[in-house]
Amino acid sequence: MTHLICITCPKGCHLSVDEANEYTVTGNACPRGAAYGKNELLHPVRVVTSTVRVDGYTPPRLPVKTDRPLPKEKMFDCMALINSLTVQPPVQTGQILAANILGTDVNLVAAKTI
Amino acid sequence: MYDVTIIGCGVVGASLAYTLSQYDLNVLVLEKENDVAMGTTKANSAIVHAGYDPEPGTLIAKLNVRGSGMMETLCRKLSVKYKRIGSFVLAFDADGRKHLDKLYDNGIKNGVPDMQIMSGEQARAMEPNLSQKVCAALYAPSAAVIDPWGLCIAEAEVAVRNGTTLRLRSAVTGLEQLGSSILLHTTSGNYETRYVVNCAGGWGHEICALTGEAEWEAQPSRGEYYLLDKSSGSLVSHVVFQCPTAAGKGVLVAPTVHGNLIVGPNASPVSSPYSRETTLAGLDEVAAASRKSVDGIDLRQSIRNFAGVRAITSESDFIIRPAKACARMLHVAGIKSPGLSAAPAIAEYAVGMLADMGVPLHKKADWDGTRTQIRFKELSQPEKAALIQRDPRYGRVICRCETITEGEIVAAIHSPIPPCSIDGIKRRAGAGMGRCQGGFCGPRVLDILAREFGEDPLDILQDGDGTVLLIGKTKGGAKA
Amino acid sequence: MKYDLVIIGGGPAGLSAANAAWEDGCRSICIVERDRELGGILNQCIHNGFGLHYFKEELTGPEYAGRFIAMLRHTGVDVRLDAMVLEITEEKQVHIVSSSGGYEVLEAGAVVLAMGCRERTRGAIAIPGTRPAGVFTAGTAQRYLNIEGYMVGKRVVILGSGDIGLIMARRMTLEGAKVLACVEVMPYSGGLTRNIVQCLDDFDIPLYLSHTITDIQGKDRVERVVVAKVGPDRRPIPGTEMTFDCDTVLLSVGLIPENELSRGAGICIDSRTNGPAVYENMETSMPGVFACGNVLHVHDLVDFVTAESARAGKAAAAYAAGARVSSSHILDIRNGNIVGYTVPQHIHMDAPFPAVDVFFRVRAVCGQSRIVVTDETGAQIASFRRERMAPGEMEQIKLPRVLLEKAQGAVTVSVEEDEP
Repeated sequence: MTHLICITCPKGCHLSVDEANEYTVTGNACPRGAAYGKNELLHPVRVVTSTVRVDGYTPPRLPVKTDRPLPKEKMFDCMALINSLTVQPPVQTGQILAANILGTDVNLVAAKTI
Repeated sequence: MYDVTIIGCGVVGASLAYTLSQYDLNVLVLEKENDVAMGTTKANSAIVHAGYDPEPGTLIAKLNVRGSGMMETLCRKLSVKYKRIGSFVLAFDADGRKHLDKLYDNGIKNGVPDMQIMSGEQARAMEPNLSQKVCAALYAPSAAVIDPWGLCIAEAEVAVRNGTTLRLRSAVTGLEQLGSSILLHTTSGNYETRYVVNCAGGWGHEICALTGEAEWEAQPSRGEYYLLDKSSGSLVSHVVFQCPTAAGKGVLVAPTVHGNLIVGPNASPVSSPYSRETTLAGLDEVAAASRKSVDGIDLRQSIRNFAGVRAITSESDFIIRPAKACARMLHVAGIKSPGLSAAPAIAEYAVGMLADMGVPLHKKADWDGTRTQIRFKELSQPEKAALIQRDPRYGRVICRCETITEGEIVAAIHSPIPPCSIDGIKRRAGAGMGRCQGGFCGPRVLDILAREFGEDPLDILQDGDGTVLLIGKTKGGAKA
Repeated sequence: MKYDLVIIGGGPAGLSAANAAWEDGCRSICIVERDRELGGILNQCIHNGFGLHYFKEELTGPEYAGRFIAMLRHTGVDVRLDAMVLEITEEKQVHIVSSSGGYEVLEAGAVVLAMGCRERTRGAIAIPGTRPAGVFTAGTAQRYLNIEGYMVGKRVVILGSGDIGLIMARRMTLEGAKVLACVEVMPYSGGLTRNIVQCLDDFDIPLYLSHTITDIQGKDRVERVVVAKVGPDRRPIPGTEMTFDCDTVLLSVGLIPENELSRGAGICIDSRTNGPAVYENMETSMPGVFACGNVLHVHDLVDFVTAESARAGKAAAAYAAGARVSSSHILDIRNGNIVGYTVPQHIHMDAPFPAVDVFFRVRAVCGQSRIVVTDETGAQIASFRRERMAPGEMEQIKLPRVLLEKAQGAVTVSVEEDEP
């Protein structure tokens, strides 16, 4: 049995995940908690948020995020990719800045319109 | 060749530079830091003392009372914040009551005007938050509060505007006596001068030692303070002292000229004038002592703690005399409290001594000893409107806590002594002095400094040299 | 200039109030914003986690703000950017200055206060030591990092476990800094539990509860800090010191509603929240002046700010349209055992509400417990069960009108923890 705190929403449910019993989750207040508990033990994922350089614009950074969570162990590889990007305005919120990053099927998108 | 070189640009050096700038002399001021007012001048109680503390007959007594009398006119000429609010010294028992008599007696001998010893009730009638334990008080209406770094900066600016040369980042490292002149070695090069004045504050003994003869020992003493939010600024309306001890004037509680409440200092011996750290024990001591004087001090309203170091020496009086081993050097050293109060009188006295040493004093015809400063928040509504119309930068409020505009910050940047740091702006324009302590305006002040100087924002300092604020850019952008 | 409604602040609270007032038919609205763009602090909160309640999806701060700014574009709300309010008078004149407009006096039918909050600083908590560069409030560092693109340090110790501090631990780590520790003086975290997991645990950053920084060292730039364990009195315990070599200290030690304008206007401030005391319609002690968002009380979740501010916007629109709520029957809400404060503090019982949402925070971590609402006779008028409550997480209860009408005198909200 592994005890976790659900990070799916700000409620922070205290979950118990039973590995011996098909990763059954208890303590969750919603189905997303059950999915999180199982996923967190099998293949944990995280959304990465950061900024990318913007050419000739003030302020000189644009907020970005991955449009879905990617494997937790790839967070720093994802950062390396984010740090290598420079975008040119205009950019729309949700615009894909890098597709299928690190072969994960996850895209990096702009989080602000400039 | 300079006629007179002043070492150190705290309030004493600046007062002397200001006073000398009215004469036809080639004056140089050397300051080791990257700005003026960087030592004790920026960290003290900011009080103009009435002058009943010093032992009658001393130089301290004479110059304190004289300086205190000069201050109001001087501050008005220089657009420096000053407010004569009077002071109380509190007695809590019979011993204290006796001490008040002694202070009163000193004050009479020193020429302090209009003092009065009153009962606890009388004092509380004037200052309702005084503790019930106060049984008597000495009231001195001539005491005042002042902006100490403001005075120093204003005097230095006027001196520079009247032809004085200021060299920052110029620590004096050596001194050669060349017969009719002196060659000063500094971190910014060598300067030849006919006369030297040692206004080096806590470092005065080091300058003295360069003459080959140590004349006194430094005994630096640190005082720690709380500065409280303006919401506490009206807790008292006078400077409230306790009876002084050998270590200092004791913990005071006073409104500042900026509208905050200042509480402190304690007194602890330290090894160096750089020992400006605060300590848990020291702050506790200040907190406990202040509660003895005044009820209702809420230290949760603290917006800043700081410490300053007093330039105490092995001599009891101010040291204002020619150096023993260098006839062309005048010491203006050991200027401990009430040095700020005495500063204009010290300058006047020192100029007299320089004349005795042979410095020729001919007044300039075109000397202008005044300075004005725009303070947006102090203007009336029509004045504000007119100012913004003239210069729209006065319509952009950068420091929201203190209502300081971009116009005021830009004016400070282009003043006769341009500040190179965020705290330099704070001391001149007041941005960042408020309750958020620059949290909101710091990044914007940094931007304005970088823009006006055409510098990389990474090179803008918090305060002194080395106080690097930003270490690089994100996304692999290293420091340029 | 005359407006039916002047909203001070264009962050999430002001935006929501403006949209809600417009929706309710108010057609003369002005938002005064001191920054150069709308969105307030959300612009620098580039992490995700916003909007789960309101939009049922997880957005970043700029996205969340962007949606409200987009809604505002479909209205005729005036926006004054880069404009500072100097004063609000009793006559609801709002004095503003800006470079473009000069000195203007806006005559307001109603006012919504939405100025937000500021961070507690080093001075407020009197951390001893030297005063070198490298001590930042977490929010200031966040602005430098996320908006301006500057690194404020390489080796970081965070004091306080408020959400901004936790979020900054992750952001600084992802951007290449080493976060050595997060130090919290209380025995529990001040932030959301999920932020402990995803911002500290994910990166193996230790959280030292019941610890504090006792000394900041370094002449020009921070060189190291001393951290010590604290006793129940929150004073350091000698002999428990640890030293961290670091160049940066980030402070996440609390937020304070920014009410200088409110105080200047003579509005009654609740010393427990540091915000105006308000009625159920978010009206302050000054008729026609409403307050919402972090200027009222510090929130954990922007979604709740949005909902609260919509209530304020609607009530302000109604006031501007001439509607008045009778003050003949006021019910006070007081905080009892373990409850730090309540918002609202008063209820107009003559107002036609079906129920009142009461927000509060507990003073200590509670396990299974009951939230109990009693009246002055001690009679219980409502009770709610909770599995767990913590000071870092705002609580909410709904009190239906029928129950409030039963109350004799003021009602008190308190917490009774079950026997373990």
